[in-house]
Amino acid sequence: MLDTKSTDQPYRKWVEFAIESLIRVIGFSSIGFVFLIFLFLMREGLTALLDVSWGNLLGTRWYPILDIYGVLPLLLGSILVTLIAILIALPLGVGTAVFVREVAPGWAREILKPMIEVMAGIPSVVLGFFGMTLLAPLFLKYLGLATGLTAFTGSVILAYMALPTIISVAEDALDAVPKSYRDASLAMGATQWQTIWRVVIPAARSGILTAIMLGLGRAIGETMLVMMVTGNAGRMPLTLDSLFRPIRTMTATIAAEMGEVAQGSSHYHVLFALGIILFLVTFIINLAAASAIFRKRRRGGLR
Amino acid sequence: MSRRHWAQRAGFSLLAFSALMVVIPILIVIGSIVMRGMSAMSWEFLTQMPRDGMKAGGIFPAIVGTILLMIGTAVVAIPVGVGSAIYLSEYARDNFFTRSIRLAIVNLAGIPSVVYGLFGLGLFVIFLQFGTSILSGSLTLAIMTLPIIISAAEEALRSVPTEFRTVSASLGGTKWQGIRKIVLPQALPGIITGVILGLLRAAGETAPILFTVAAFFLPKLPESVFDQTMALPYHLYVISTQVPGMPLEIQYGTALVLLVLVLTLNLGASILRSYFRRRRQW
Repeated sequence: MLDTKSTDQPYRKWVEFAIESLIRVIGFSSIGFVFLIFLFLMREGLTALLDVSWGNLLGTRWYPILDIYGVLPLLLGSILVTLIAILIALPLGVGTAVFVREVAPGWAREILKPMIEVMAGIPSVVLGFFGMTLLAPLFLKYLGLATGLTAFTGSVILAYMALPTIISVAEDALDAVPKSYRDASLAMGATQWQTIWRVVIPAARSGILTAIMLGLGRAIGETMLVMMVTGNAGRMPLTLDSLFRPIRTMTATIAAEMGEVAQGSSHYHVLFALGIILFLVTFIINLAAASAIFRKRRRGGLR
Repeated sequence: MSRRHWAQRAGFSLLAFSALMVVIPILIVIGSIVMRGMSAMSWEFLTQMPRDGMKAGGIFPAIVGTILLMIGTAVVAIPVGVGSAIYLSEYARDNFFTRSIRLAIVNLAGIPSVVYGLFGLGLFVIFLQFGTSILSGSLTLAIMTLPIIISAAEEALRSVPTEFRTVSASLGGTKWQGIRKIVLPQALPGIITGVILGLLRAAGETAPILFTVAAFFLPKLPESVFDQTMALPYHLYVISTQVPGMPLEIQYGTALVLLVLVLTLNLGASILRSYFRRRRQW
């Protein structure tokens, strides 16, 4: 097995040094990639600020054909779809995590865990296709809408896209609550439900917050299914009923229009600028989520 | 007492209900696509070129394209991902730089797929002049799958007990020898699981390949890494939204092929993981 002859020490030392350096470089490559991504988004996107006036960019209309690039309807569209998706996914996700971790009998856990893994693996374009061909007509029929392709349809499917993330992070959070907490509560005469509701969930709240944030990040960046089911109408979602109308998000706009623009045109640069916004938003969300994880680790607290 | 008992029952039912609400729609999605897609399944559908503006014939070039992209992604992502994991688990100390790397990985995992597409367009297609090609698409997908592979591989490496490394060193092995001959083989199943999960993500993603490699329709298979290619997820998007009058059967059939590919890989990863976990002797 191991080469114990060690006749050529200097050679072996040299190999060791070369490999270690290589691994070190590769180890740092992730930082390089994040930096490169930011750099190239900026390179192609910042020009938008020179080409297009601030007043135009901050406008409320998106008509690229007329050189009108108001990003507000797209931004609000993304926010609306994402928030509703999280409102749906949060109770379902945390409820499922609590069920799997605290309540479910062994056999139910054995079924649920792989099912959730399967859900995480379904490509978003397949979910989008399902939403388009089966769910949207259903909503159209039973909700009395003008079209089935609405922000709400998008949010519902988006919720299922974000669920695996929320469930697995929330499960980790529940895992980190020490058994002694549960034992103490049960010993004082609390029921299992009271223990879950008043002790376990509050103790896991920072982890659940992380789950929400990662779910948000996942939802706001989702592209294909949103493009396929939300109808892509670039209007400002200002009234309540805009939830049941077609809407357009930043991701869908990039995906739908980048293929058709001339390289180097204002439209092209503005689409990259949308990319910068998406990058920064998810960067901040993930930074916040990561710092919550790191803080917990450093405090050493719960484990 | 009875009121508390009642509250517990109601609470537990609510939890079970939410779990059902999560699981049942998944079953419906998979079930309906399987049922409607089965009728399109045939040897010809899997092995022939599309005909009549993609309204007839098979989806062979899309299947081949997706496999090519997975291979390209694997070639780039495995060495870089496993290398990063080795660095993090075996070499890195807990300092500012290591925390920065971890932060970078978390952020790579969170960047929207369409932003990867923009990045690939900016760097590989335009700046490095690879054009819309398998090369550009594979590189873009590889960077996207890195965080999945790194975290799975690191976890696998860390689960190898420290004693293995100590024994290797005590027998006169260098650090790298210990890693290559002892630690890596022990961690291999976990690493392979991570690689499969990463490639599965690459196979299913559409947004990163939109502007870097995907072709609407090609009459022949790609011949080099600088060619464009069709791909299953993009093909499904195209035939379900861009081509009017597309027979539903072909749409469901394409969705089914993609779903089966992804779920098979998923299942393979799960089986591998549980098999090796049971066989592990430490």
